[in-house]
Amino acid sequence: MHSLMANYTPNLLDYWPEFINSIGETLQMLFFSGIYSYIIGLFLGVLLVVTREGNILENKYIYRALDIFVNIFRSIPFVILITALIPITKFVMGTFIGVKGAIFPLIMGCIPFFIRQVDMALSTVDSGLIEAAQAMGLSPLGIIFRVYLRESIPALARSITITTVSLLGLTAMGGAVGGGGLGSFVIRYGHNRFYQDITYVSVVVILLFVTIIQFIGNIVIKKTSH
Amino acid sequence: MIQLIDVSKSFNSDSHTVHAVKEVNLTIREGEIFGVIGYSGAGKSTLVRCINLLERPTKGKVLIDGVDLTKLREKDLRAYRQKIGMIFQQFNLLGSRTVFENVAFPLKYRGRKKSEIRERVLSLLELVGLEDKANAYPSQLSGGQKQRVAIARALATEPKILLCDEATSALDPQTTKSILRLLKDVNRKLGITIVIITHEMHVIKEICNRVAVMEGGRVVELGDVVSIFSKPKAQITKEFINSTSNLSKIDELIKEKSQIVDLKAGERIWRLDFHGSETKEPIIVQLAKNFHIEPSIIFGNVEVISDTVLGSLIVLVKVDQEREQEVIKYLEEKQIKVEVIKYA
Ligand SMILES: Nc1ncnc2c1ncn2[C@@H]1O[C@H](COP(=O)(O)OP(=O)(O)O)[C@@H](O)[C@H]1O
Ligand SMILES: [Mg+2]
Repeated sequence: MHSLMANYTPNLLDYWPEFINSIGETLQMLFFSGIYSYIIGLFLGVLLVVTREGNILENKYIYRALDIFVNIFRSIPFVILITALIPITKFVMGTFIGVKGAIFPLIMGCIPFFIRQVDMALSTVDSGLIEAAQAMGLSPLGIIFRVYLRESIPALARSITITTVSLLGLTAMGGAVGGGGLGSFVIRYGHNRFYQDITYVSVVVILLFVTIIQFIGNIVIKKTSH
Repeated sequence: MIQLIDVSKSFNSDSHTVHAVKEVNLTIREGEIFGVIGYSGAGKSTLVRCINLLERPTKGKVLIDGVDLTKLREKDLRAYRQKIGMIFQQFNLLGSRTVFENVAFPLKYRGRKKSEIRERVLSLLELVGLEDKANAYPSQLSGGQKQRVAIARALATEPKILLCDEATSALDPQTTKSILRLLKDVNRKLGITIVIITHEMHVIKEICNRVAVMEGGRVVELGDVVSIFSKPKAQITKEFINSTSNLSKIDELIKEKSQIVDLKAGERIWRLDFHGSETKEPIIVQLAKNFHIEPSIIFGNVEVISDTVLGSLIVLVKVDQEREQEVIKYLEEKQIKVEVIKYA
């Protein structure tokens, strides 16, 4: 193994501890920004859906505010968003570099994307079901938990899968700017020093991550679809 | 008893207002099967949704056993809805839940005890004939079975009213029949008042006691089904009745100058309408005996509605012009309505 790596990926061998470390950082960023994005995004996504015109908690103002927030934040390129957020990131997280500094902008970049995904997932719930639930006397909260969320579990699992893959892409970018993770590792060595083996192995690692995420996602979708 | 008093409902969009229901006054009696028929867009669904206040009327009152639902607070209204079951054209079952869980759904929401839920769900599944499907998912059921599950679910909280919005419109004729039979059963066994919305006259004919005909948001005709069928007044009611019989065929035949209606001198085509007990008299024989007239039957249609026979015959007769009025008078004394459709 060692001699094989020495032959084909000599540079990677030199930076092995740093490589392992950067994988850990990527996972850290993915995990923490993911958790926060999903919780907040799910809440806001549900709010967006139920306050839409004609829905159970119709509210023009909340809906418009959320819709505009999502549209604006989704249209800002992530690299620019990171830079623009620096003062707030520094205020909230205490720093704007490293893994810690990357998590806040990652959350801000991911939430609007996830809100749209939740919006699409909940839209798969037939309006007839909502009507039937209302006719049975369910409260709006009852409808949200027992109908909207429960009935869209497979669609939400798909949303989370897609969002996680997209978030993985953001961590690479976030890391590159703030420092940390596979993204910054590849920029430092693969790009700046042109150690191509480092780039390719990193690509393989990322592909592996994406495959694992999709594999888990598909299992959940399959288990929850009827 | 359901009373709709001066109920109107309009929908406002940016550019215009749709008046879906206009000043409807209706009393639906306890324990009856009441039908509402009308073409698509007549306002039937909106009207029925006003009964459980899924649509809040723009004007008017909705009284159930004297309680004005429009005056209830949201929370009390939601509690009251347990007493009003509803089923739909598209069944609206929860796809992620089994048949058992679907029927248990409203009970679980009300926090009933597990053992009580189990017992109730199983007895409901037996009532609708789906004991063996308790663990199936809706996607594994046929349309008729899905509607049975929906009926069981609607009955779970022991409602006194069941609203059916086009409940059989997505089903084939055979299945429609079996679902209607089930509804009749439910009405008889449990004494539940049933309101049925449909655009198909044969559904009304099959199980309703009384019917309201809707057009353009208004109720244009109301009465018990037998008298509506025997003496329809509004044009639209006549159209609906024609849609269930083959009698309007005669107009087509005449228009197409078919050989069947090609008359020789002195011949006429009559339409005879009869209902109730007179049908037991041998009318045709009497015509032959008393007037020497031998009508030949071109075709006919007989309906049996709530044990009353409603029949129509299209006949070809040969009769002198002078005697025609006399014969017609004789028949009308026997409660048979005669309409001369075509002279030679
Ligand atoms: N939520 C709504 N918003 C606007 N218009 C509606 C709404 N619901 C029904 N309508 C209109 O009201 C009229 C009656 O509709 P509906 O009660 O569904 O008729 P039916 O059930 O007899 O087909 C139609 O013109 C329909 O377009
Ligand atoms: Mg309708």
